[in-house]
Amino acid sequence: MNKRFTRILATSIAAAALVGSLGACGKGSASATSDATNEITMWTHNAGNPEELAAIKSVVDSYNKSGAAKAQIKVQAFPQDSYNDSVVSAAAAGKLPCIVDIDGPNVPNWAWAKYLTPLKLSADLSKNLPSTVAKWEGETYAVGHYDVALAMLARASDLKAAGVRVATIEKPWTKEEFQDALTKLKALGKWQYPLDMGTAGSGEWLPYGYSPFLQSFGADLINRDGFQSADGTLNGDKAVAWAEWFRGLADQGFMAKKSGKDSTQDFLNNKSGLLYTGSWAADKARAALGKDLVVMPTVDLGNGPKIGGASWQWGVTSDCKNSDAAMDYLSYSLKPENLAAVAKATGTIPATDEAAALLPAFAEDGANRVFMEFSRNYAVMRPETPAYPFIATEYGKAVQDILAGADPKTVLDKAVKAIDANIKSNGGYKS
Amino acid sequence: MKNALRLSSFGAMLVRIVFAAVAAFPIVFMLVSSLKPDQQIFGDMSSVAAFLPIGNISLDNYTAVFDRVPAARFLINSIGVSAVTVVLGIFINSLCAFALSRMEVRGKRVVFTAILATLIVPFQTLALPLVWWVNQLPYFELNGFSLEISKGWLDTYQVQIIPFIANAFSIYLYHQYFESIPKELDEAARIDGAGWFKIYRQVVMPLAGPATATVAILTFLPAWNSYLWPLMVVQSEELRPVMIGIQYFFQLNVSWGEVMAYASLITVPVVILFIAFQRSFINSIASSGVKG
Repeated sequence: MNKRFTRILATSIAAAALVGSLGACGKGSASATSDATNEITMWTHNAGNPEELAAIKSVVDSYNKSGAAKAQIKVQAFPQDSYNDSVVSAAAAGKLPCIVDIDGPNVPNWAWAKYLTPLKLSADLSKNLPSTVAKWEGETYAVGHYDVALAMLARASDLKAAGVRVATIEKPWTKEEFQDALTKLKALGKWQYPLDMGTAGSGEWLPYGYSPFLQSFGADLINRDGFQSADGTLNGDKAVAWAEWFRGLADQGFMAKKSGKDSTQDFLNNKSGLLYTGSWAADKARAALGKDLVVMPTVDLGNGPKIGGASWQWGVTSDCKNSDAAMDYLSYSLKPENLAAVAKATGTIPATDEAAALLPAFAEDGANRVFMEFSRNYAVMRPETPAYPFIATEYGKAVQDILAGADPKTVLDKAVKAIDANIKSNGGYKS
Repeated sequence: MKNALRLSSFGAMLVRIVFAAVAAFPIVFMLVSSLKPDQQIFGDMSSVAAFLPIGNISLDNYTAVFDRVPAARFLINSIGVSAVTVVLGIFINSLCAFALSRMEVRGKRVVFTAILATLIVPFQTLALPLVWWVNQLPYFELNGFSLEISKGWLDTYQVQIIPFIANAFSIYLYHQYFESIPKELDEAARIDGAGWFKIYRQVVMPLAGPATATVAILTFLPAWNSYLWPLMVVQSEELRPVMIGIQYFFQLNVSWGEVMAYASLITVPVVILFIAFQRSFINSIASSGVKG
């Protein structure tokens, strides 16, 4: 017994020594301080996404090797789902890197929190897709290499069998046509639910995916005139009509209140006939369905089809000691060939026409050109206010409650009350 | 009578099999799905085939896991961090509990109550202040023959270990167990000339095996499952633990086969540990009345 305990004690001492030695060798090789050395750190959300990370690293490598590099850029990748938490805690500790990527709608919040500094780039942003340039209070804080677009995917053969026309940019489905299409598709008897709207989604998908329908009804997440209140906008008659329509899709048996975990896979397995998703699913669907795949715009619910604008973008942090180099790198990264390389690797929409021209998929008759048109014609930026993360959370809760059967007016009133209180408690989120 | 007994034992066995199956199904599903391509996972979902290794079976998902995530590195990190936390946790917490249980110190009840009170504070509320705090701590680094001192423990191994060594629940568990060991043993040892540390080392701790096993498991599990804290304090990929790795798979197009393969990989060490300590763990729960 004594020997046994002596072993435990010895192991403990060894462990303590190990902690000490870990201290000596266990410091991260790429510390994230925004120092003034000739190396600056760049954080990206692409860990686990080898294609996009490789494309970003390739742009960084070419910058680092160019004779004109003002600093060497070091890339640190984080998993997307937890990226924001990593940034917020690093900001709390004063350890933000020089360059960060940011989900577009969060830019005003990060600018307001003084994580970001306004961009001063040599690159001309006037020809970029508007949704790839993030502004707040008249200043540009972030710029993206690409955007993504929402769409409806279906099999041409199913639409033909149901006697439903293919929606186009020139003539998208109206609310009545959409109802008719769903009724006919359901009558085919091929699926339990003909429509998959990704209702099992969570987080940013809820405002990104469903607030465009709200906007197509003529309502919005907040009154954009000053961004001080959602009253009358998120709980007005049009918003209630949106909520009733949305839940009606489930009540009529057109879609599940909670879809499968992977809507794209379910669509490809023929468990749904009509899929509401983003451009990121198109390549996979096309590979599986070939020419039978049709990509259609979303529904015009009264005010034209709408889709969410803005994807991941790049910004420079306020504490960066070498912001000149950071701005220089960002300007370099916006060259058409770099934009094209990133868009090609990720299957996303390149930020400029010049870059699109370098990619056959986005050329005039290219397979993915349609997404560029959707983005240009239908994109609505999520409210450009620091209150957005809070609004998004409240709206997400409201969507889930509405689908679960709660009274739409009561739910939306509750969301409005919470949003207005949050804005008030933050002094109106003034800069 | 005999037939009735047989029937009742058969019924009891059947109930046990049902409970075991309910507990095992998610693990079986995980292991089986880790061998299938995505399309087949979802295709099999509505039938019993979801739990059977049939169809297009391969180890492709495991290969893909190692392509997407530095899984070996993450596993080594987690094993190291968890093991060190467990060993130091056993030593420090048992020492603390020993002092509170056996030594006559004024105010020890107040100290014990204060320690227990920390159990009601959720870690999430302490996380951000703790990030600030560990970022103020000095960091010693050997550079050649000179010792360099810098500020901040972020992005290190010790920031994943040291805040979790002292644990109120482990102290409580040891304290309760030590209370069940007769104090006459201490007195006998003292008559033989033993000091406090010798009593701790040679009398009390050797009798506290089940408590040590429970503390080991209850310290290991949160250390192994640690997610929020490393997310906040570790930036370098080479220092990340396994749980952060699972997030690597949640991209816009999720590869569920790879998720299942990675989940299988990181579940194995936990299962091995539980099987190794199972008897002591159950003994300790039975004797201390504590539910893990």
